[in-house]
Amino acid sequence: MAKETKTLNLNFGPQHPAAHGVLRLILQLDGEIVEKAAPHIGLLHRGTEKLIENKTYTQAVPYFDRLDYVAPMNQEHAFALAIEKILKIEVPIRAQYIRVMFCEIGRILSHILNVTTQAMDVGALTPTLWGFEEREILMGFYEKVSGSRLHANYFRAGGVHQDLPKGLDKEIGEFCERFPKIINDLELLLTDNRIFKQRNVDIGVVSKQDALDYSFSGVMLRGSGVPWDLRKSQPYDCYEQFEFKIPVGKNGDCYDRYLCRIEEMKESVNIINQCLANLPVGPIKTDDGKISPPPKKEIKQSMEALIHHFKLYTEGYRVDKDEIYTAVEAPKGEFGVYLISDGSSKPYKCKIRAPGFSHLQAMDYLIKGHMLADVPAVLGSMDIVFGEVDR
Amino acid sequence: MQNIQDLEKILNSELNTKIKSSLIKHNQVYLKIDEADLTEVILFLKTNSKTKFRQLIDITAVDFPENEIRFKLVYLLLSHEFNQRIIIEIDVKEKEIVGSITSIFPAANWMEREVFDMYGIDFKDHPDLRRILTDYGFEGHPLRKDFPLTGHNEVRYSHETKKVIYEPVKLEQNYRNFDYESPWEGTKYIKEQTKE
Repeated sequence: MAKETKTLNLNFGPQHPAAHGVLRLILQLDGEIVEKAAPHIGLLHRGTEKLIENKTYTQAVPYFDRLDYVAPMNQEHAFALAIEKILKIEVPIRAQYIRVMFCEIGRILSHILNVTTQAMDVGALTPTLWGFEEREILMGFYEKVSGSRLHANYFRAGGVHQDLPKGLDKEIGEFCERFPKIINDLELLLTDNRIFKQRNVDIGVVSKQDALDYSFSGVMLRGSGVPWDLRKSQPYDCYEQFEFKIPVGKNGDCYDRYLCRIEEMKESVNIINQCLANLPVGPIKTDDGKISPPPKKEIKQSMEALIHHFKLYTEGYRVDKDEIYTAVEAPKGEFGVYLISDGSSKPYKCKIRAPGFSHLQAMDYLIKGHMLADVPAVLGSMDIVFGEVDR
Repeated sequence: MQNIQDLEKILNSELNTKIKSSLIKHNQVYLKIDEADLTEVILFLKTNSKTKFRQLIDITAVDFPENEIRFKLVYLLLSHEFNQRIIIEIDVKEKEIVGSITSIFPAANWMEREVFDMYGIDFKDHPDLRRILTDYGFEGHPLRKDFPLTGHNEVRYSHETKKVIYEPVKLEQNYRNFDYESPWEGTKYIKEQTKE
């Protein structure tokens, strides 16, 4: 006689620590096998796009910090590039170097968080404790350059807000010398770890074709063997001047994505080192008085500078009527800004393309047929941050 | 490797009757087409060996309340092989129903849901057209230009009823939308207040 079974509905999150924020996942379980996963998102929706439409371009920058709050400057970069392309602003070379350097710091910040929390999701606590110590140092660099550890508000259209404080380049250099050893330590804990491998190898496998169809980008795409990185294929700022490799996975499972992230951190250190070695001297933002505010010193002397300062911080600069899509390779994938300007000082429309949105969409496809315990592992390897998914 | 001018030529010769206008700007192709041709054009762009736009980057809409045809739907596609981006635009009237492209790109599912949620544009043959980002039971479409920035309802925990309740938005202070064009006359709402 066959036993009668029925499926069980399980509500995972939104307050579950492995939900990486506020994901509500409705799982249909047959025993321990997941039959269907229906993510409910939007619990962190703040209406960023609507708010940006009501703010000037300068006031819109801090909203980008609050999207993927693990790597704030990478997002600001996309927005700054969009405005620069419309206004055809030349960014001084020193500013480009500083921006690239801090984007790579952002990448390390994000990857440390992801790799270590992925390990925590499958049961290893030590990597988190070791990794977060390094994140603290990196956020210290953020603070030294912008004044805040998390929500930097540092990139501007036409450059960056202010120059590196004295001695910061040396400190970053020292960090870069030390950090490869930390990555090594993390690898010693995880890469050959039997439990870590059992929980990640062959879990959440994505084929090449599906990765494309589901609009995956970043590590999710590269983990499946598609060699695609916007820093190489559509270089922005001065990325073409650096030499770095793009790690590509083979099997498209959680373990390959972990390996890609580890290798990417090493490449980021490499890029930062190249930045520091060739850091040019010169201005850090465009000298166009209609776009970037004058230095404080000049305001006391020059009438014109005072007027510019006043106009820039009240009305803001105007952006010509245009529409554009710009994308950057953020740590989580392709982060894009689709901007429509109407000639005023506020964007008419600013659509934010967040990589995590497409990744989370594929949750059902990824988890179907896996065990319940694999849900956190797959979720961890997708690198979801709800700031950007919900916007 | 083809350059962007060749791509535009290929598109114009292969799809000539379906394209209303094409333009190259910021190293991207901007294509204007009719709503009726949408699925066909997207399928062509995805499958044709000369275009290979294999990835859908995003779908979004723009609201122009003063226009007769109110919305513009925008599809962003990316071709890895040829390293090209294309932006496809269609004009959509209010309450018009647009064909869904979920059968071509599964990734379109949530993107179309988002457009539906934010702008209230309906999609035909979408497998699961529900709100996605807004609250359960939300009313209105937040990214329409006539939707107020502050929204209609606010939420708080009520100690009397011991549950979360919804109330109409009450603000202590107006949202300060300064009119910088004429700083000497003050903002609009102050002018209105002093008139009374």
